[in-house]
Amino acid sequence: MKDTVVEIRDLYVGFKTFKGYTKVLNGVDLSVNKGERISIVGETGCGKTTTVKAILQILAKQAKIEKGEILFKGKDLLKMTKNEIKPIRETGISMIFQDPVAALNPVFTIGQQLSVVIKYSRLKRTKGEEAQKELAIKALKETSLPDPKRLLNSYPFQLSGGMRQRVCIAMALATPRSLVIADEPTTNLDVTIQDQVLQILKQRVQDKGSSLILITHSLGVARETTDRIYVMYAGNMVEAASTSELFKNQYHPYTKGLISCIPKLSGGGIAEGIPGRIPNYLNPPYGCRYSTRCPKVMERCTKEKPEFKDVGNGHQVACFLY
Amino acid sequence: MVNNILEVKGLKKYFPIYNAGGVKQKGVFVKAIDGIDLSIREGETFGLVGESGSGKSTTAYNIVGMYGVTEGKILFKGEDISIITNSRSLRLKKDIQIVFQDPGTTLNPQRSIRQILRLPLQIHGMLNKQNEEAQIIRLLNTVELSSDFLYKYPTMIGGGERQMVAIARAIATDPSLVVLDEPTSSLDVSIQAKIINMLLKLQKQHNLTYVFITHDLSLVRNFTTRVAIMYLGKIAEIAPTAQFFRVPKHPYTKMLLSSIPVISKMEEELKPKKIKSQGEIPSPVDVPPGCSFNTRCPMAYDKCYKVDPVMKEVEPDHMVRCHLFD
Repeated sequence: MKDTVVEIRDLYVGFKTFKGYTKVLNGVDLSVNKGERISIVGETGCGKTTTVKAILQILAKQAKIEKGEILFKGKDLLKMTKNEIKPIRETGISMIFQDPVAALNPVFTIGQQLSVVIKYSRLKRTKGEEAQKELAIKALKETSLPDPKRLLNSYPFQLSGGMRQRVCIAMALATPRSLVIADEPTTNLDVTIQDQVLQILKQRVQDKGSSLILITHSLGVARETTDRIYVMYAGNMVEAASTSELFKNQYHPYTKGLISCIPKLSGGGIAEGIPGRIPNYLNPPYGCRYSTRCPKVMERCTKEKPEFKDVGNGHQVACFLY
Repeated sequence: MVNNILEVKGLKKYFPIYNAGGVKQKGVFVKAIDGIDLSIREGETFGLVGESGSGKSTTAYNIVGMYGVTEGKILFKGEDISIITNSRSLRLKKDIQIVFQDPGTTLNPQRSIRQILRLPLQIHGMLNKQNEEAQIIRLLNTVELSSDFLYKYPTMIGGGERQMVAIARAIATDPSLVVLDEPTSSLDVSIQAKIINMLLKLQKQHNLTYVFITHDLSLVRNFTTRVAIMYLGKIAEIAPTAQFFRVPKHPYTKMLLSSIPVISKMEEELKPKKIKSQGEIPSPVDVPPGCSFNTRCPMAYDKCYKVDPVMKEVEPDHMVRCHLFD
């Protein structure tokens, strides 16, 4: 039996908004094993970020977790009090956000911000300022940032976008963590910088033996960084498989559509795209949420919700076709 | 012989730098474009690719006349248009249109779609006064939107639909050159595919020439006929698309191509041998002497730090600016 670090079971999350109650997450299942790198892929507004924010319990005030379980090393995070979850944020799970400008505090130096992270990890060797500084320099060096000593005294605005994101990675991995969540870490970066950042992220996670949840909207990025891919659509996991398996055969019509839309380097034109758009969460379609755009829709799809089940080869699909 | 619709000759655009007191600093400039030569042929889709800060958008804005040029010339159908929009004739403005990156900020949130699409027609005297509504509906139909959108406002519709409205606005005046400044970079792939297909269809129908600005090389492969790579305000390589992807020459192009995340083995084989991308694009305020790419180039040698290379035709139609091909 493999060690499971995080397991989400049948999670439902909604938001109270001005216009009414939106049902965003509609029964999400996800599990991450120890040392495994997984990615969640999906279009804007499909609930990727909501899912990982639920893990860390940092959802907005308007959010309401209706039902479900999030198990971190066997303990349900949703049943914990604020004081119980705090040590998990400090030592268990760390997160890298999409926008490093917003994630770093502009009025503190990189060194100050890094040592706070290290201080709260409560490791024995992190007592005293000297030890903290040393660890901070080590963390920066490991993300191949040049001249880490000078960097400790610089402010976030003095760094470029790629460097800032690498500082965030250094911060997330400065102390040993069992799970790192990276929420679109390279969306704002150029391809050459994206390549560098992803290489470093992959390498560092591997070295530390942490698990990784990478959120991205690019299947290419997911393919090159992670072992397993979850495809998400409108608050549901629609398909999950190991990376090589997913690109060999796709089962769900949405995954097929998504892959055909990506422009290929080998040429051959661009597919027609997927008709329609993501449904409104105020009044989502009954049954399968993809039924309004699906080319293979059946009568059953509009009546009941398909189960997320195994179809062999560790491949999971939520579709009535299988 | 194919006609060149647009020619750019030795174009330079420098922006002055102001210090904290708002006083212009002498002799210091942001060299956004530092001498580029381009010729764009009638009916083609010309891809202009580069990282952020390489000057591709500045080039676009210079073509539509949002900035005055510092040095050099832009010729449109043989006519000098290196002047800012205000002093351009109405006919020129009608003929060159632009679609911006973010349709959320380029459509006025206080105007309905009908008002937005009516304005260019009115300015250029193309409005059919008796049958205004039918004319605007026809325009909406060309971008595959229904007449339901007439009285909607930009905030009520999705990002993809907003971009369609922006495209409809650009082609309303029946232009011959459309500059597309990263029109799909803020959209999801499924919507991007739809927009690109529509642009291709419109190009055939209206006989348009596109200047397509992007940082996405896989998109360039499927959409453009010729590609130019920009780096720090200069062009590194120009080639027809098929040849460009088959035999990339410039080290920077190779670095770019090998950094693209791809989704199949077949594509993997097309990428040049892995060049580890290193370093970042330097600031355009103090450009390194010699070839501007020398700080990141894996093949740089002493000449690259002294002499700036010039554009050379290494194969028919394939131009490279690199000392390796001297």
